[in-house]
Amino acid sequence: MNESFRLLDPVRQAAVVKTLRAILPADAVLFEQEDTKPYECDGLSAYRELPMVVALPENEEQVARILRACRLLQVPVVARGAGTGLSGGALPHGKGVLLSLAKMKSILALDPVARSARVQPGVRNLAISEAAAPYGLYYAPDPSSQIACSIGGNVAENAGGVHCLKYGLTLHNVLRVRACTIEGEVVEFGNEALDAPGLDLLALVMGSEGMLAVATEITVKLVPKPETARVILAAFDDVEKAGNAAAAVIAAGIIPAGLEMMDQPATRAVEEYVHAGYDLGAAALLLCESDGTAEEVEEEIEKMTAVLKRSGAYDFRISQSEAERLKFWSGRKAAFPAVGRLSPDYYCMDGTIPRKRLGEVLRFIAALEAKYGLRCPNVFHAGDGNLHPLILFDANDPDQLRRTEEFAGEVLEKCIEVGGTVTGEHGVGIEKINQMCVQFKPGELAMFRAVKRAFDEDGLLNPEKNIPSLHRCAEFGRMRVKGGQLPHPELPRF
Amino acid sequence: MQEVVKRYADRIRAAAAEKKPLRLRGGGTKDFYGEAPRGEILDTRDYSGIVAYEPTELVITVRCGTPLAELEAVLRAQGQTLAFEPPHFGSGATVGGMVAAGLSGPRRQAAGAVRDFVLGVRMLDGRGDDLSFGGQVMKNVAGYDVSRPLAGSLGTLGLILEVSLKVPPLPFAEATLKLELPQDKAIEMLNHWGGQPLPLSACAWAEGELFLRLSGAASALRAARAAIGGESVAAEDASSYWRAVREQTHSFFQGGRPLWRLSVPSRTLPLELPGEQLVEWGGALRWLASNADARTIREAAAQAGGHATLFRAEDKSAGVFTPLAPALAKIHRNLKHAFDPARVFNPGRMYPDL
Repeated sequence: MNESFRLLDPVRQAAVVKTLRAILPADAVLFEQEDTKPYECDGLSAYRELPMVVALPENEEQVARILRACRLLQVPVVARGAGTGLSGGALPHGKGVLLSLAKMKSILALDPVARSARVQPGVRNLAISEAAAPYGLYYAPDPSSQIACSIGGNVAENAGGVHCLKYGLTLHNVLRVRACTIEGEVVEFGNEALDAPGLDLLALVMGSEGMLAVATEITVKLVPKPETARVILAAFDDVEKAGNAAAAVIAAGIIPAGLEMMDQPATRAVEEYVHAGYDLGAAALLLCESDGTAEEVEEEIEKMTAVLKRSGAYDFRISQSEAERLKFWSGRKAAFPAVGRLSPDYYCMDGTIPRKRLGEVLRFIAALEAKYGLRCPNVFHAGDGNLHPLILFDANDPDQLRRTEEFAGEVLEKCIEVGGTVTGEHGVGIEKINQMCVQFKPGELAMFRAVKRAFDEDGLLNPEKNIPSLHRCAEFGRMRVKGGQLPHPELPRF
Repeated sequence: MQEVVKRYADRIRAAAAEKKPLRLRGGGTKDFYGEAPRGEILDTRDYSGIVAYEPTELVITVRCGTPLAELEAVLRAQGQTLAFEPPHFGSGATVGGMVAAGLSGPRRQAAGAVRDFVLGVRMLDGRGDDLSFGGQVMKNVAGYDVSRPLAGSLGTLGLILEVSLKVPPLPFAEATLKLELPQDKAIEMLNHWGGQPLPLSACAWAEGELFLRLSGAASALRAARAAIGGESVAAEDASSYWRAVREQTHSFFQGGRPLWRLSVPSRTLPLELPGEQLVEWGGALRWLASNADARTIREAAAQAGGHATLFRAEDKSAGVFTPLAPALAKIHRNLKHAFDPARVFNPGRMYPDL
């Protein structure tokens, strides 16, 4: 959408390559276009930029030396894990180094007694649970990309997943992050106890999109695998009824292990793809999962069923086996690729809203479908209010691209208006940076910039992401004058 | 209420202009905690009350001066709770002080700490600017997470005006068991049970007795009791026991010796230190009442991979908190400067240069 290619400076490139080659073996420093091309984007492929140089360190010492060198040369550094992020957080900088942590993928220690694992940032999310499985343990956060996404990226985005209502986000499941600052100093945030002295910088670093420090080692918590899990698949003839049913489950004092919703267009798209046996006549489907001991699950499923019935579900199916449970989930888990088949491209949004405003927001989205002439199925983490509308479009049609961007912008601003946020779990990256000017006041953005300077005075780590500059907000404000009132009237206009 | 905020902001600006420190204080129940408070008192109790409460959204937004007891009563009426069981340490405890102190009680091992439940804050920084971070929703990654690090910041970064907290439902049922075990065996068993899908929500070991609390569905409790064994504790005795551990009215805390809080990895073997110990959080928290010298205690904690805090003592000359590594200390100073450039908020309460 925003292909801003910067002019490559061959002299500078040569200088950076030379410096990095003194730290890394020759094959770990890439600069030919054919070698750097695979790094030009992350999961948000609408934004692309070739990095000036790609560096592939193998250990912490190399990371520290690279960062120190880049600071001396004043070269921007963008850290990257598996590149599955959906907000362009790992979009390279054309005059910078793309620091891939993909080679740092060892599980350094796994302690089944203390229930923790010490891993390198490039380790895949699912690989941790696989390694812990023989001990009856697992790593709880399960973003849908867990087969591929790396734990370093999860830390950078504070990734969630379908089970985070009950088991928490990455933040709640990481004990310690060891990282390098741009000055090449190794720091530890948190520790292997439950807290650390000083300010809780672990919380601050979590979700900071690689802008404060580069993680080199992460200690995650492992939790006992629940004995069993079952899921209820409930059908509703109205989306708002389904939203209210989710609220009613919570009002009954139950925190389901998973509470997910799909609207009819999403259900139809996935059914064709996975054949989960979904009711295609339903306006919305709710997946409501319970986990724990067999007795506990039976008790909770009974309670949840009663609540869903009272809330107007017209049909229920309760998984009778693990195979059936996975089948019920298969559609929700495959929602993105399934929707992807309907259209050459799709654009996934990530706003969070107070659940009670769901009906209003979905009606608003339906109106925008008509306004922009684009379809938009919805999947929704109903338990925590995190909404993923998926706008279907064709990127080869510049007008569709423009309409998609405007559509998405309106949805995000609606999320702010109803008391929510522009991003629940995908991060701001480059994608939602303009909406940050709407969600936050100038003083708050100034504080974010001050926090950034506290870690990275020269602004070299992942610059131009997440936190918009004053200038950018002024420009964005100029583009969207509403009712003759410019936002940020206190700013000088250029 | 907005006029109270304005008054606070004016006061902060004046203090910053005159470089006169302010001592942010609610009910004063945690005056004992941290390094000695300094500065002119700014009483946060004028800004009190509940801003918004949506039980089905699991979120409450509260003003800093609200009595903690009042918040808990409001939640209880809706069948919800502060899952981290913050200690009050006195009837005057306020919500702002609870967040700033960042202390969590027995349920922390299962539920998480104060910071894990903070969703957003409204605060005044050292310039008197009224800023909001985070929000009222469960998932939010817009911008840096400035709100959670305020938990446990001891008021060094700003005046917390309002906080939004995630408030989960009360457990359906609870049961407490008592077992007689020596400390090493208790720690071993706590780590063993921690790796099982058991509904353990609290534990406390002292003087050869291990108390375990189970929380969850009645059926899960029955199964867990069978798996763990031990003797059942009557509900009333159990609730007064857990209150005594949480509020430190348990006889262990009454000795008058310096009280140390050692936060260590849960599997750490019993620490060979002079004095008495009380173990919580599945082994991850060791209270130590001891006259041993600070260096010995800090070294033992560091050796285990944790840290030691001089929690209650007459003489705090050894420093309350474990000193930070230089690179980390520098980030702390930089952050302090970002939030509070004139150093008006609780200077020295955490570290001398903060």
